[in-house]
Amino acid sequence: MTNILPLVVALPLGAGFLSPLLGKSRRGESMAALLALGIGFANLAISVALFTTTEPLVYWIGFWNAPVGISMAVDGLTRLLLLTTSLVALAALVFSIAYMRRFTATGLYYSLLMLMVAGMNGVIVTGDLFNLYVFLEVASISSYGLVAFGTEHEELEASFKYLILGSIGSLFILLGIGILYNLTGQLNMALVADSLAGRGANRAMTLAAAFFLMGFGLKAALVPFHAWLPDAHPSAPAPISAMLSGVLIKASGVYALARIVFNVMGPSAAHADVLTALGALSMVVGVFLAVGQWDFKRLLGYHSISQMGYIVLAIGVAAQVMSPRGSGDEALAGLLLFGGLFHLFNHAAFKSLLFLSSGSLEQQAGTRMLKELGGMRRRMPVTAFCCRIGALSIAGVPPFNGFFSKLVIVVALALAGKWLLAALAVFVAMMTLVSFLKVQRTVLEGETPERLAGVREAPYPMQSGMLILATVCLLGGPLVVWLRGWLLDPAAASLLTRAAGYAALFSPRGGP
Amino acid sequence: MSSGAIPFALSMVVLLIGLYAIIAKANVVKIIIGILITDYAVNLFLVLLGYRHGGRAPIVTKADLDTSGGVSMGFVNTSVDPVPQALILTSIVIGLAVAAMMVALALRLHDKYGTFDITRIRRLKG
Repeated sequence: MTNILPLVVALPLGAGFLSPLLGKSRRGESMAALLALGIGFANLAISVALFTTTEPLVYWIGFWNAPVGISMAVDGLTRLLLLTTSLVALAALVFSIAYMRRFTATGLYYSLLMLMVAGMNGVIVTGDLFNLYVFLEVASISSYGLVAFGTEHEELEASFKYLILGSIGSLFILLGIGILYNLTGQLNMALVADSLAGRGANRAMTLAAAFFLMGFGLKAALVPFHAWLPDAHPSAPAPISAMLSGVLIKASGVYALARIVFNVMGPSAAHADVLTALGALSMVVGVFLAVGQWDFKRLLGYHSISQMGYIVLAIGVAAQVMSPRGSGDEALAGLLLFGGLFHLFNHAAFKSLLFLSSGSLEQQAGTRMLKELGGMRRRMPVTAFCCRIGALSIAGVPPFNGFFSKLVIVVALALAGKWLLAALAVFVAMMTLVSFLKVQRTVLEGETPERLAGVREAPYPMQSGMLILATVCLLGGPLVVWLRGWLLDPAAASLLTRAAGYAALFSPRGGP
Repeated sequence: MSSGAIPFALSMVVLLIGLYAIIAKANVVKIIIGILITDYAVNLFLVLLGYRHGGRAPIVTKADLDTSGGVSMGFVNTSVDPVPQALILTSIVIGLAVAAMMVALALRLHDKYGTFDITRIRRLKG
């Protein structure tokens, strides 16, 4: 089982470099699409296969052991993230087959998309701090290229903004990694955790934590680091918007931050307070910015900021509970993490679904401005159905998946005694509902403008891409108890082990 | 401030100069130069972490092996740390990729907008 682990990086990386070689002919581009689709299925198969065991897995690249070698480590959290990424990537790839027909040089598109998947999977599975930075840059640089893929005025401007802020984020992450290396003399996460666990807080660690919070905060687009997201995510082609909002900000932002805060440095009170504040701020500011939006994709971008706020808020309060100052109540922290990680999974599903349906509407109707659309329920029934499921999920309407994760977060916040934050979370959920009712009313219901009378349903590949994610949204709610057992609780447990537990699990002394 | 901390402080000054250029300049090319300066400052910081005053290059020769065939402690205690050097080598390559990407984007931006002035490249709003 351990030996298939490097394939989650190797397969997309290989495909990324192979597809430009297939040529620019029509046939070469179809081959590239087929190759990417095959890798998408293979990735999903591998991430499902990793669930056959619940043991933590460690793979040493090139069979070099620690402290020289670089490891890939899999635990519950990694399994959850890998499954999320490969599900969304598969839906985006299927959707791309038809959607990308209007672009030229689609071979290069699949190449960049595969590199981005390789980078994200690398960030998720790596057990080495510097390797994390390298994969983060692989994912980021290919996403800069993908945002600019349309090469029109807006795309280039958004990509430049994203590139500048993304590079600053990466540089601060590298500074933080340098400080941790200087403190411990190690780069392997488990060995760093082992070395840090023995000592209390010191100023160098505080500085490293500040750099990490800023760097990963930029990658995750938390308020006040969010300025690039509402430009970059809507400017990309729709399947890429789905990947960026659905999984990239989670893999390279929230996942990496949670891993470093909980498993490498150990949750401290300062981390926890900053995370909670950033989470609450993103949640509220994001939704207020979204309410007044009339551009469908931009509205979705702002909601991404707001929904990321929920995830970071839950993780931050869990860190507060587990910090030396907190009550140390593992059941409560586990519930908060369960809520946060479930929302992460759900957000990946419904936000990607919404971005795909916005792409489908834009492709068929030629506009994504809400005021110019209308009556699409009759013209595009499948897209409208999927869009409605996504909207109801994000708005937290029962019995869709978003309702359950928000419910768990609100209940857990109340149990933790954070009444104000719980009330805020409910209020933001209501605002989200208002905002998506507006979308429903203007896009799906109402009169069809004359100009759009001839609009037809999107091609089958686009429908299938949306239906994959709609199924996840529909089933995620009723199956919550089952999902919790095998997917979410192991993921929360791997954060609950703190630094000492992570070090013990993956420390090379117990390894091969 | 001890004399050992001065180079670190200076690398942070370089970092701040880079950040200043990114924040305060309106010219796309100057912003790119700002990113490059910040990049160099981070690389400088990393290589300083492994520096040892009067240390030797971390290249093991026959004379540095002890009787059991391992590297002698004498070598470990006098050579500089090779790991940050390996790290910045990777980081420089990544920086090059980012620089190429930035310059390519700047050229395309100039094609479309006919200016390098970031205050006039403003189509996105809201």
